Amino acid sequence: MCDQTFMAITFGPCDNCSTTSPLMNIYIKNEPTNYCSFCVEMMACQGLLKGETLASLKNESESLKKKLEEERAKLHDVELHQVAEKIEVVSALSIKTRRVLKGHGNKVLCMDWCKDKRRLVSSSQDGKVIVWDGFTLNKEHAVPMPCTWVMACAYAPSGCAIACGGLDNKCSVYPLSLDKNENLAAKKKSVAMHTNYLSGCTFTNSDMQILTSSGDGTCALWDVESGQLLQSFHGHTADVLSLDLAPSETGNTFVSGGCDKKANVWDMRSGQNVQSFETHESDINCCRLYDLRADREVAVYQKDSIIFGVSSLDFSLSGRLLFGGYNDYTINIWDVLKGNRVSMLFGHENRVSTVKVSPDGTSVCSASWDNTLRVSRALGMPWLLVLYSLT
Amino acid sequence: MAEGSRDQAAGVGTTDPEDDSPNMIVYRKIEDIVMRIQDEKAGGVAIRTVKSFLSKIPSVVSGADIVQWLMKNLSIEDAAEAIHLGSLIAAQGYLFPISDHVLTLKDDGTLYRFQSPYFWPSNCWEPENTDYAIYLCKRTMQNKARLELADYEAENLARLQRAFARKWEFIFMQAEAQVKIDRKKDKAERKILDSQERAFWDVHRPVPGCVNTTEMDIRKCRRERNPHRVKKSVYGVPDDSQSQPSPVHISSQPARKPTKEDVQKEITFLNIQLDRHCMKVSKVADSLMGYTEQFMEYDPFVSAVEPSNPWISDDTTFWDLEASRDPSQQRVKKWGFSLEEALKDPAGRDQFLKFLESEFSSENLRFWLAVQELKRRPLCEVASRAQEIWQEFLAEGAPSSINLDSHSYERTSQNLKDPGRYSFEDAQEHIFKLMKSDSYARFLRSNIYQDLLLARKKVSNTDLTSTLYSLALISFLLLFGVFAAT
Repeated sequence: MCDQTFMAITFGPCDNCSTTSPLMNIYIKNEPTNYCSFCVEMMACQGLLKGETLASLKNESESLKKKLEEERAKLHDVELHQVAEKIEVVSALSIKTRRVLKGHGNKVLCMDWCKDKRRLVSSSQDGKVIVWDGFTLNKEHAVPMPCTWVMACAYAPSGCAIACGGLDNKCSVYPLSLDKNENLAAKKKSVAMHTNYLSGCTFTNSDMQILTSSGDGTCALWDVESGQLLQSFHGHTADVLSLDLAPSETGNTFVSGGCDKKANVWDMRSGQNVQSFETHESDINCCRLYDLRADREVAVYQKDSIIFGVSSLDFSLSGRLLFGGYNDYTINIWDVLKGNRVSMLFGHENRVSTVKVSPDGTSVCSASWDNTLRVSRALGMPWLLVLYSLT
Repeated sequence: MAEGSRDQAAGVGTTDPEDDSPNMIVYRKIEDIVMRIQDEKAGGVAIRTVKSFLSKIPSVVSGADIVQWLMKNLSIEDAAEAIHLGSLIAAQGYLFPISDHVLTLKDDGTLYRFQSPYFWPSNCWEPENTDYAIYLCKRTMQNKARLELADYEAENLARLQRAFARKWEFIFMQAEAQVKIDRKKDKAERKILDSQERAFWDVHRPVPGCVNTTEMDIRKCRRERNPHRVKKSVYGVPDDSQSQPSPVHISSQPARKPTKEDVQKEITFLNIQLDRHCMKVSKVADSLMGYTEQFMEYDPFVSAVEPSNPWISDDTTFWDLEASRDPSQQRVKKWGFSLEEALKDPAGRDQFLKFLESEFSSENLRFWLAVQELKRRPLCEVASRAQEIWQEFLAEGAPSSINLDSHSYERTSQNLKDPGRYSFEDAQEHIFKLMKSDSYARFLRSNIYQDLLLARKKVSNTDLTSTLYSLALISFLLLFGVFAAT
């Protein structure tokens, strides 16, 4: 697009390329300069390229998003709860709290079950991490942490170690000793290092690897033995608040939820973000079910009377029930397929921070800002069966 | 990237998600409710002046009325739920009992008043102790019986007097000024304002033992956009102290503006998602239903647990049985759901291995298990262990040679030049598919599996029969005993 027919005011060395040629009198950033026609063309196009590129890329991205939404909507041929109409209703659950674990001096922020289905570890704002036998209410270990607000804790699959962290930006592993007198804090092993608070941690199917999520917007996989970073996961644009591994042992993925309103699915092997789900509301206020195969939201669990947000979720063993811990001090139990609320559990005197179903699904544990943990269980049919056989 | 097609219920109003307080969404919802309750013309409750002894109580409503309204307008079936919600709305500071410091809702004739929008929590109040001192001080200056300090308030006042000993003259003056301003107001109006002011302090300086609803999740505190903003005073006291920024309020991730690279990455990601093959929701729904149906009998929250749920009966037999290598019929049935389920159970793994050994093809499963174990090793052991696996299963003349297609073999041998945890991923996937389509199916038909599946059934039948016999015997003896006694 070379246009040589212009008004030549001066003739001389170009301010840019120094070649002697007819020069155009132009202003760059309000400064008068003399460029040859070739340099003017180059400069004008570059400026255009810079300004246009980011905007045009954004446009491209927006149109792709629209196209994706259209494509996905085509597959949305029916609602989950409509299909679920033909199956039986879950019989009304009577949920009762069977154990109340008291001992923390401040808000309990996180808990995790041991694979033996009865032990659990909990961490608190008071800086303590306690290992309990939930069945006997016995406190087996108490580890003081150097910082308060221990926001994450996890039990190792072998039952021989725990991991925890929080405002110290680290995740530390403590091997559990059978000797009650041994000072656990002395055996501490610093594994993960983030540049902001640790929001979640979990062992992968082994005592040797830990997956962490942080307020610095990243997740990371670490080798416990050496403390080496095995893989990092970048993609969230704000704090990552939670993570969960895929349930299958053959699975290699995990999901993370962040303050950028996104839930991202990651491949642990490559560090790649393989799927992403976005909501419009900030700080997830109702529960949403996304199916990975349909790549879409398939159910929402909400009620007019529930106005406080959800802090934690877990499924029952069959996946039929969803337990949600809410900031209104209750646990709501949803029928995943039909979408209605099946039951409600009162008892806590402050918000519920964590809800986890035990590994064999026999109970659910909830940790709360009221300094306690509660282990609850549905009273169900066994009694009915016995009565029936006696008559 | 899927986006939610359903929006939150209307009535959120002009919610600016960039608002300072992390609880803003909840506040807006509560405010919507509270405004609807007070709007009598639109089906709200009747706010009246109630006559009590010699005086009138202006602008009140009974707890029962509020509970009824909540049940009707928020579709709440259970009164307990409505009372709980109402108590939370009170605890947050939007309504209060006129004669109690404790902010709960009762489903009876107890009288409640609504908080003035000036004092709403959504205004991001963080009142200083100086304000609280002024408030308590001015309360002591007024001679009304209803304004007498409660015990905990008197204690607080004493503490503040010690803490602000130097400033006390200033505080006293402010309190006097406030009293003068208050005196100028209309009597009825004063009653209302006094109660609202008291309710405000009940939220920010709660009765000992009550939940402090102003406490925030520290993760949200760290994200506050403007942590150093000047906090407004309830009584117009200028903030002269250089407030030290608490470590809690150091802001964390500032929201990054997307760069060209970010957007380009997003475009690549979106293109990948467009190419992805997805299933229809109807198919997915059927699959979800099938899965939950299959596992319902194993879900202790939905089905009975044999012999009993330890958390109810305090009897750990169920756990002991699960831990044993002697599996129940129900457990054996689960192995038939999928190869993954069979391998998840250590007993299932053992039996499958036994079956494969009988067919002289156990190397596949042993390879798969070895690779799983490799991935669980500490990093320093990985390289050597990977070499061992290669030698055992894949090298020329390997003792437990497995059958891989040439492509996977090449790939794996390349990976072994720089051995890592995922060097055998390709091979493992291939072998798993092989086992699934071939050996697993035959395992389910095999005697080893069928014997376990059926043998258990026979045993439990005998158990049931003997139980019935014992019950019959006991009832007979009881009847006999009763007969003999009469």
